[in-house]
Amino acid sequence: MAAPQVRLSGVGKTFMAGRPPAPLHALGPIDLEIERGEFFAVVGPSGCGKSTLLEVIAGLTPVSGGRVEFEGRPIAAEAPDGIGVVFQEDASFAWLSVAENVGFGLRRLHLGRSELAERVRRVLQLVGLSDFATAYPAQLSGGMRQRVCIARTLVMEPRLILLDEPFGALDQQTRLLMGDELLRLWRQTDATVFLITHALDEATMLADRIGVMSARPGRLIDVVQTGWPRGRDSRIMEHPEFGAIAARLWKTLREESLKTIGRDAATGSAP
Amino acid sequence: MSRVGWYRCAIVLASLAVLEALSLAGIIDRITMQAPHLIARDFYRIVVSGRMNSAILKTLANTLAALGLALGVGIVAAVLLHRARALRDTLDPLFATYYAVPVFAFYPFFIVVFGLGDLPQILIGFMLGVVAMIVNTLNGLDRVPGVLLKTARILRLPPADVALRITLPAAAPHIVTGVKLAVAYAFIGVIGSEFILSRGGIGYEISFAYTNFDNAVMYPLIVLILLASIAINAALSRWERALLERRGML
Repeated sequence: MAAPQVRLSGVGKTFMAGRPPAPLHALGPIDLEIERGEFFAVVGPSGCGKSTLLEVIAGLTPVSGGRVEFEGRPIAAEAPDGIGVVFQEDASFAWLSVAENVGFGLRRLHLGRSELAERVRRVLQLVGLSDFATAYPAQLSGGMRQRVCIARTLVMEPRLILLDEPFGALDQQTRLLMGDELLRLWRQTDATVFLITHALDEATMLADRIGVMSARPGRLIDVVQTGWPRGRDSRIMEHPEFGAIAARLWKTLREESLKTIGRDAATGSAP
Repeated sequence: MSRVGWYRCAIVLASLAVLEALSLAGIIDRITMQAPHLIARDFYRIVVSGRMNSAILKTLANTLAALGLALGVGIVAAVLLHRARALRDTLDPLFATYYAVPVFAFYPFFIVVFGLGDLPQILIGFMLGVVAMIVNTLNGLDRVPGVLLKTARILRLPPADVALRITLPAAAPHIVTGVKLAVAYAFIGVIGSEFILSRGGIGYEISFAYTNFDNAVMYPLIVLILLASIAINAALSRWERALLERRGML
């Protein structure tokens, strides 16, 4: 069997937080292996370090302990080549048109003018924004702006796409449709997807495997295999197994979420 | 034109009418101020004769130089200060109290050092404008969403690209505010210096006319400065509007 694309061994993260600053154990230790082409989702109670885990894999945050490898090479302080990230917040550049937004990262590759335009055109078509190439983000809806950010990531042809609650700010119907689109893009690009979400149904519907994180310090306390076919879409919710998987996730997560709420209530601090 | 626009015009026209009436009635005497229609006539004569052209050109060139310096130095300094937290914290009180410093007090010193040429006047305009530029650019840079900076790191942009392609464009609405202030300050600095001591320029001509009771020159030149600043301000406001509209901030 080929080596995993992403390997975390004993990864931990401790922040200095509060006043006076005291070490806060936010994450880990986490051991995880993600195969190439896999769709891996992570769920966990709020404040459990999900986003920190993503930033660690993206090379945005250095680890306090352990080791992160992407395609066999350790990830240091810099974002490695071949990884794309889509954030929850709107990260579109308001001063650029949709096409300019999407082509933004390509400048670094010094492509020819026509090749750059062609790649942008292809990706815009892929995310269904062909008619909005000359529009500005302010003219688009929240879901469309998020698609701009997804397109901007896809155009770099990443081998691993990290998504940090990308549909968190969208309404439920849009979320489901965006989920379908994400599945389609995942199949078409053959990239590995690492999705962080707080929505159990979203994780259940989209992922091959779902990691459940504990309350802070975030550790993986369960990994659920869904066993869905690769050609799935949001109608997988009708599958008889769907409810059972979501229920298993919730059973694990409920206690952890209660811990978080209990802790915040006890200390009176916001998450 | 919008309703507010009409109101503005009405206020200006009404003020002019009142001045005209007071002048014609002899309540405002001619040594104090000419009637507005005479100012308009003299303004036309001065512009057509072209005898102020070199003064106008000198003032505009020096203002432009002061403005260019304030913009360039201000933006670069703001980008660097934004990265140097400790230095910025050290300088913050200075920025906050800067406009309490009478910058014109440095003018005699500059004349002693650089001579009675254009440079001291440009420096005064620059000194007045640059801090407005720094403060507003910093303000804009502070408000750049963190997610855009994370995106820059994922795309592995070098620091200069991050500034030129992400943080400065993102901060542009605040930078425009700085530019508007810097334009006003550059004009004030240059014309004010000319007024104090100079060998030419609009400020010098106004001051010269003032000491000679030459109202036929002084008032038209004041009108000229007013018109120029209104035109520049209108152009900058249009630019600002276009910028904000594109971002859905209007």
